[in-house]
Amino acid sequence: MSIMQYNGGSTIAMVGKDCVAIACDLRLGNQALGISSNFEKIFAMTERTYIGLPGLATDVTTLHEQLRYRLNMYTIKEERTMEPETFIHLVSSTLYEKRWGPYFIEPVLAGLQRMPGGSFRPFIASTDLIGCINFAKDFVVAGTASEKLFGVAEGLWEPDLAPEDLFETISQTLLNAVDRDAYSGWGAVVYVITEDKVIKRTLKGRMD
Amino acid sequence: MASADGGAYSYSLTVFSPSGKLVQIEHALAAVGQGTTSLGIKATNGIVIATEKKSPSILIDDSMIEKVAIICPNIGMVYSGMGPDFRVLVARARKAAQGYWKIYGEYPPTKVLTQELATIMQQATHSGGVRPYGVSLLIAGWDITRGPSLYQVDPSGSFWAWKASAIGKNMVNAKTFLEKRYNDDISLEDAIHTALLTLKEGFEGSMTEKTIEIGVVTVPSQADLESGKMEGTGRIKPTFRKLTEEEIRDYLAM
Repeated sequence: MSIMQYNGGSTIAMVGKDCVAIACDLRLGNQALGISSNFEKIFAMTERTYIGLPGLATDVTTLHEQLRYRLNMYTIKEERTMEPETFIHLVSSTLYEKRWGPYFIEPVLAGLQRMPGGSFRPFIASTDLIGCINFAKDFVVAGTASEKLFGVAEGLWEPDLAPEDLFETISQTLLNAVDRDAYSGWGAVVYVITEDKVIKRTLKGRMD
Repeated sequence: MASADGGAYSYSLTVFSPSGKLVQIEHALAAVGQGTTSLGIKATNGIVIATEKKSPSILIDDSMIEKVAIICPNIGMVYSGMGPDFRVLVARARKAAQGYWKIYGEYPPTKVLTQELATIMQQATHSGGVRPYGVSLLIAGWDITRGPSLYQVDPSGSFWAWKASAIGKNMVNAKTFLEKRYNDDISLEDAIHTALLTLKEGFEGSMTEKTIEIGVVTVPSQADLESGKMEGTGRIKPTFRKLTEEEIRDYLAM
């Protein structure tokens, strides 16, 4: 079995109308053995940028700390917050730095990009474990249930969903996909990011 | 203070003189003071940087001399002082800009690049086996956060943001001239003319498109910003460019 599947876990992000959503499951396992149902894989990087880090649990912590460090240095040095599009490039270069001994993580990012006029544009992206960026217009998935997530998202997602509809879509997509994956599940967390607020909801899931 | 020969404190640049000065840095500033005049003016919709380009002999092919340098699509700079030192700093600046691009997928804001260069110049004031850079720089650029900005960096590594500044041989006169001419709502076109007038003060010889160099920063329009990257190449539209000889000739004729 690949080290990418060792701890299990999955993440998904979706674009809505003037909003984005990102969600992850809560399982931490040791191969087939469940260890914890409280392992969050999504982290707030800025007020409007959230990143999901599914993969090897030890690298989830290390990469999160590494990214937080680099982001803080940027914020102090440049006296500005980092926009999601810039941040995904930082994630990419951080991962590619370890091209020949990578972090076993496939990050998923969701955020609102501040535009020159002052408005916000939904932005999502994901990368592979060595930092190849995938800019998507609809949704991005990663983790042990990624194949199932692709299938369900392909069926449920539609353009221009309002925040509450987007919440329903991403929640149903995640819960139904992880139910078909033995290494993901055990509850979920969903973030819906809008211009003026971020809504975090914890969902119950099947415990088998 | 230093005697005529420089005194005991003028050799090791890392030793303070009793009066608290690093004499080598003062000498570097003197080298800048002998260099040709350069100036920069920030306007409402852009920035102009300009310099005198003079060759010691008519036999020199002056089309080869380049004193205004493009660092990256949004930043350019000009110097007064020692040409070879400037070349080294240009190479370092370009490298820093590309290094920034490799990490963040975009070019650095003017302030960040200025800080980078200032750090390099500061290090030359307390490292072993080197001398301070014999140049002052005027760095002009545009970025989304701070808009157009104009910085000056000195051999000591200190830097300031200016609305208008001059460096080199005629800097005191030029600055007085700029103080009289400058106002906060000057347009780029007016700024270019003011730049030419300022250079003309104390210009030796005739001022032609061959004997001056001009670089301009233009603030991109809202439409330019929204259209983002250029079609085909995927590059961003440059906001810094050098004026061609034809363009300079037109400005001189006006």
